[in-house]
Amino acid sequence: MTANTPRLADGSAPLLTVEHLTMRFGGLIAIEDLSFQARDRQITAIIGPNGAGKTTVFNCLTGFYRPTVGRLTLHLPTGDRLLERMEGFRIAQAGVARTFQNIRLFPRMSVLENLIVAQHNPLMRASGFSFLGVFGARGYRDAEEQAIIEARRWLERVDLVEQADWDAGNLPYGAQRRLEIARAMSMRPALLCLDEPAAGLNPHESAELNQLLLSIRDQERIGILLVEHDMSVVMGISDRIVVLDYGRKIAEGSPAEVRNDPAVIRAYLGEEDDEALPPEVARDLRPGEGA
Amino acid sequence: MAASAAAAPNRVDAVAIVREAAVAAVVAVALFLPLIGFHTVDQGGVLGIETRFDWLAIGVAAVFLGRLALATYRETRTRRLAPGAFAGIGARLEAIVQASIPWVAAATIAFAFALPFLPFSNRYVIDVATTVLIYVMLGWGLNIVVGLAGLLDLGYVAFYAVGAYSYALMAVTFDLSFWVCLPLAGLFAAAAGVILGFPVLRLRGDYLAIVTLGFGEMIRIILINWYPVTRGPDGISGVPRPSFFGYPFTSSPPEGVTAFHQLIDQWLAGFHRMLGLAYQGFDYSGQHRVIFLYFLILVLALVTNVFTLRIRQLPVGRAWEALREDEIACRSLGINPRNTKLTAFGIGAMFAGFAGSFFATRQGFISPESFTFTESATVVAIVVLGGMGSQVGVVVAAGILVLLPELGREFAQFRMLLFGAAMVVIMIWRPRGLLAHREPTIRLNRPVPIAGSAAP
Repeated sequence: MTANTPRLADGSAPLLTVEHLTMRFGGLIAIEDLSFQARDRQITAIIGPNGAGKTTVFNCLTGFYRPTVGRLTLHLPTGDRLLERMEGFRIAQAGVARTFQNIRLFPRMSVLENLIVAQHNPLMRASGFSFLGVFGARGYRDAEEQAIIEARRWLERVDLVEQADWDAGNLPYGAQRRLEIARAMSMRPALLCLDEPAAGLNPHESAELNQLLLSIRDQERIGILLVEHDMSVVMGISDRIVVLDYGRKIAEGSPAEVRNDPAVIRAYLGEEDDEALPPEVARDLRPGEGA
Repeated sequence: MAASAAAAPNRVDAVAIVREAAVAAVVAVALFLPLIGFHTVDQGGVLGIETRFDWLAIGVAAVFLGRLALATYRETRTRRLAPGAFAGIGARLEAIVQASIPWVAAATIAFAFALPFLPFSNRYVIDVATTVLIYVMLGWGLNIVVGLAGLLDLGYVAFYAVGAYSYALMAVTFDLSFWVCLPLAGLFAAAAGVILGFPVLRLRGDYLAIVTLGFGEMIRIILINWYPVTRGPDGISGVPRPSFFGYPFTSSPPEGVTAFHQLIDQWLAGFHRMLGLAYQGFDYSGQHRVIFLYFLILVLALVTNVFTLRIRQLPVGRAWEALREDEIACRSLGINPRNTKLTAFGIGAMFAGFAGSFFATRQGFISPESFTFTESATVVAIVVLGGMGSQVGVVVAAGILVLLPELGREFAQFRMLLFGAAMVVIMIWRPRGLLAHREPTIRLNRPVPIAGSAAP
């Protein structure tokens, strides 16, 4: 889209615009002609049955795949950036942070080091690309102080200050999930992409996750893009939901709209004449009410 | 626990233990019969065979009894000790070792500086110590690539060779001094590291190891075949020996040049005159150069160590370690994996280049034979045995790997066997290396004193 992005009716500016995104692997079409917007200071969720292409969208967005067709625009105060042409690490530098479905921490580094590594680029500049840092330059010492303060702020928010010097790999599963979000946030991103952050969490932990994500949205004032299976998370916190099935967008709207969309129900449950529903599917039928 | 409960199953197991030992003995017979049982002898120009069944019997008996003892020990140990008992002792031992490392390191450095002046030291001791230090330096350099960045480089000797040849060629052709050539040799080696690093950026693990191994061989083969420049298998002789900052180590220096012993003689004479003491004079000795070389490599190695310890605490060092842990996560955090890997290759190679130019000046002669795969393998073994990323571990492992074959000289043909056995024992006992513990580069909370309790 254009550089001066118009404010939408609800006052939020678009942060990410996906237009005609298509991803083919040989003959397999993983995503077909997908367009949607994620807005600043909103939580946008992408949902869909297994294999719908949700993680593929993320991988295109964060540079792990190069889209076959399509335009991905990140709208920043400094101007628009076209993500589909950039390498993965440059996308991250531009302000898109992500977490992974199967947690990817640095297991044999300490919790604090994980957060310091996330602030690599500002620290690298402060250390004069290591030339000054080797000699213990004052500017680098100060920058490292600042990085530790920022890391501590995030450790406090995810309640991991006590474990700051543990190896990240020794943390319990739920804490590793929280740490990964804290690590992504230490980059001070403009857009936070979370790939199934509630996977493997118990109901109590996933309620805590909801609070954390809402507080990130409201206090850090950034946009969050979320891929999630856990409907209690999706329905509880999303501002907008995009529903995918077989790589196509089948619905988009507020949680209430999406929940009652016949196309969505069909995608999740099959045709309506399927009578004897297994209990776990029946539970998913009214997803929002379980939370 | 219950000793009686353990006794009953032990009796039943005795049969199984004997059977296990018997099976081992049968295997030993099959193996030893051709290896030990027959012996070729020269019978007046004709090759004849002699049998050595007495040796065979001794070998098989040793295997049988050894297996019996091992199996008995294993059975009784598992029965009498709770599973965690050894782990507790191990953790406590580990904590003690960890706590003492700074002291041991300081003591070792002090010892290294004092070594040439200790009563037992002679030319042989200093020569061996110099060799150990070359490997320590190579180990510390490779530790950056393998231990920190996690890039398994089996061709490290290539950069050692580049450093050695850079120094030798520059010194012989352009008559440059050691102190000018040293940084240049490091620079050339680093450039070689970056150039060889480019094609392997996308490779990891085994694939990277194979390709780097190939690069190591390529450099050696280039050195053999590029005759006009490297003089091929003839090598480069007459590499200038180092001087003491311009004062050569010779008994009779040419006109107008002061030799090292004359310089020291002047200093000492002046010093003694000042204090009003009698002075006997300071004579030339061939040992001066050996000691100087020893101190030179000691200082170079320590520089490598200090540099590595510092850079570990810088963003680039942390990025190396993060890259070792998870490259995909690194990219998602905005770390440029290409630059990060190339700096690791380049800086690792630079230290190999320094070590190489030291090697050239020490030997005075270099040829491609000094830069075979065995050298790479030894350095990798030092890093892996020491514990990836552990600086002290490298020193211990270099000590073991260089000294063990040296001490084993009396065992003649069995020394490589001993060497192999030691490697196997270390890998069983400490599969992650002798000192695998990693201390965080930065801490938020004060370290908790963990004297006895296991770390979390």
